[in-house]
Amino acid sequence: MTHEKLTMAQALNRALRDAMTEDSSVVVFGEDVGPLGGVFRVTDGLTAEFGENRCFDTPLAEAGIVGVAVGMAMNGMRPVVEMQFDAFAYPAFEQIVSHVAKMRNRTLGRVTLPMVIRIPYAGGIGGVEHHCDSSEAYYAHTPGLHVVTPATPGDAYGLLRESIASPDPVVFLEPKKLYWTKEEVSLTTASLVGRAVVRREGTDATLIAYGPSVPVALAAAEVADREGRSLQVVDLRSIVPFDDETVCAAVRSTGRAVVVAEAAGFASVSSEIVARVTERCFHSLAAPIRRVTGFDIPYPPPKYEHLHLPGVDRVLDAVDDLQWEDS
Amino acid sequence: MTGDAHHLLPSGTPVTLIGIDGHPVAGSGRVFPSDAELRQALAALITARRLNDQAHALVRQGRLAVYPSSHGQEACQVAAAQVLDDGDWLFPTYRDTVAAVGRGVDPVEALTLLKGDWHCGWDPYEHRVAPHATPLATQLPHAVGVAHAARLRGEPTVAMALCGDGGTSEGDFHEALNFAAVLRAPVVFLIQNNEYAISVPLARQTAAPSLAYKGIGYGIPGERVDGNDVAALLTVLGEAVARARAGEGPQLVEAHTYRMQAHTNADDATRYRTSAEVDAWLERDPITRLERHLNLPASDVSEMREAADRVAAHLRDGLNRDISPTPAQLFEYVYATPTSQLREQQAQLADEHAREGAAG
Repeated sequence: MTHEKLTMAQALNRALRDAMTEDSSVVVFGEDVGPLGGVFRVTDGLTAEFGENRCFDTPLAEAGIVGVAVGMAMNGMRPVVEMQFDAFAYPAFEQIVSHVAKMRNRTLGRVTLPMVIRIPYAGGIGGVEHHCDSSEAYYAHTPGLHVVTPATPGDAYGLLRESIASPDPVVFLEPKKLYWTKEEVSLTTASLVGRAVVRREGTDATLIAYGPSVPVALAAAEVADREGRSLQVVDLRSIVPFDDETVCAAVRSTGRAVVVAEAAGFASVSSEIVARVTERCFHSLAAPIRRVTGFDIPYPPPKYEHLHLPGVDRVLDAVDDLQWEDS
Repeated sequence: MTGDAHHLLPSGTPVTLIGIDGHPVAGSGRVFPSDAELRQALAALITARRLNDQAHALVRQGRLAVYPSSHGQEACQVAAAQVLDDGDWLFPTYRDTVAAVGRGVDPVEALTLLKGDWHCGWDPYEHRVAPHATPLATQLPHAVGVAHAARLRGEPTVAMALCGDGGTSEGDFHEALNFAAVLRAPVVFLIQNNEYAISVPLARQTAAPSLAYKGIGYGIPGERVDGNDVAALLTVLGEAVARARAGEGPQLVEAHTYRMQAHTNADDATRYRTSAEVDAWLERDPITRLERHLNLPASDVSEMREAADRVAAHLRDGLNRDISPTPAQLFEYVYATPTSQLREQQAQLADEHAREGAAG
């Protein structure tokens, strides 16, 4: 088994390279993904290695990028397109919602769209406006899309390989603050989509997180451990499909839960998690499930983002609120 | 960049090969289609008109939920289908049912969605006809993608992408033209300018001298053609397809035509246009014009009409057959493998049905 120490950006790059090597129908395109290698260098070297028919720069038009990818996927290719930043994907929203998500259904499964829309998302890098949106709820709310978001370099490799191989379209949300995190990565393909993973065992309460919030949850669990409280951490890996089984088993094992997510809390993925876990685990719960999310405001400027993002203290405060006096 | 872009501009007037009186127009300098091609087009036009009228009647009888008729525009759709090879692709809008039928799609299948089903009804790969797009112009970038993928593999595929005058105002129209031009994708964009986007006239849609001018900004040649002259359409579209197939890139064609009926049966066209305006287009009817030109023996035309009647009867019979609803299917094609949540919901619906059945 091949292992290499890679950052998340490098692991994603490696996933693209390996997929392109294995399957000549995999093509990569978007804004600045060619010779520049993408603004986060995730497509670094692909044009040089595979030629400009396989990895190419496009005009600056996101609806066009996704729309052309739909046509290429209809005609035997596996496009992997990059939206440069989360908020820059919105011009493509109609294509994503009305065509990418629905083509299989509106053709009785005859036309499938094996395509990946990669979107660097969420905050924590001091980005200016329109560069830090947590836009997962828009996609998760749309039937027909898979919504995947890695939290580690290893998962980034495996989840992207699996997403490229998927017969269905995948919105692949890359937590940009984690692009530079580094770890030993196993360069193997595995079945990770739809399988939440327990990142840290714990017995007192469960922290449910995904993407950029997983390291926050793990850090909170570390601090809690020093304070004598054992927190379990679950990483969803994919929002759609949602792994009810793993999440509910985890919550039942502790009887308490906090959901941690950067996105504004109102009508969010975190709301959905609380609702469905409560519906399924009500009698195992010792306290209402709490959420620690971004505020319901447009993403704040860099100097205030630390106030907005879920942090360790806010997570621990929520854990403290889980009615421990009753147990 | 070259400063001289005049070759990208359309002619001042639309290309016409057959006049309203049925006589060839002198001095066009364009290739005239063969009699065989025109006879083929006439048969297709007669069938197309018959289908439009049949579908219109089926709406009144409640067999179709809605039908956006292309009555009056049939020449554009017949020609768009006729100039393509089997390996080419057609990207229709919701008003292009008869173009899809022209590619070989069964008319019953072609009207599945408008009958009130959730899917397009036909296998897009069988005749290389994309599902018709309802969100305006959104199918145009798909056509570019299909054409580009084929080109990367060295296949001689051309994509014929249809849209209306209203659709040219959408962002996707512009993005598709720009991508096609930059990628040199073999796509022919055919605008059926029928003067109205539901009720909004062309003057409210654009200030351009003609919609064919919208090509020049992207480096795409534009051409104007009489959309009720199937001979001119066959020539102009045929040449555009040939150029695209030869690797010379995309082309934009604006066909001047007219929507003789309301937007759909749910629309009241008298609220925004006069009957005098509509009547003026009657004399430009594409079928009358071609019949005058070909001047075929009455028996030949009768044969074509009988063939069209048979297609209409097939449509009528097909839509009168009630297909038992299978609501479980609503969950089956959302994903390749249904999620556990969808399986739960599918079971819930099945259970509700079973209990209703038991109670009923």
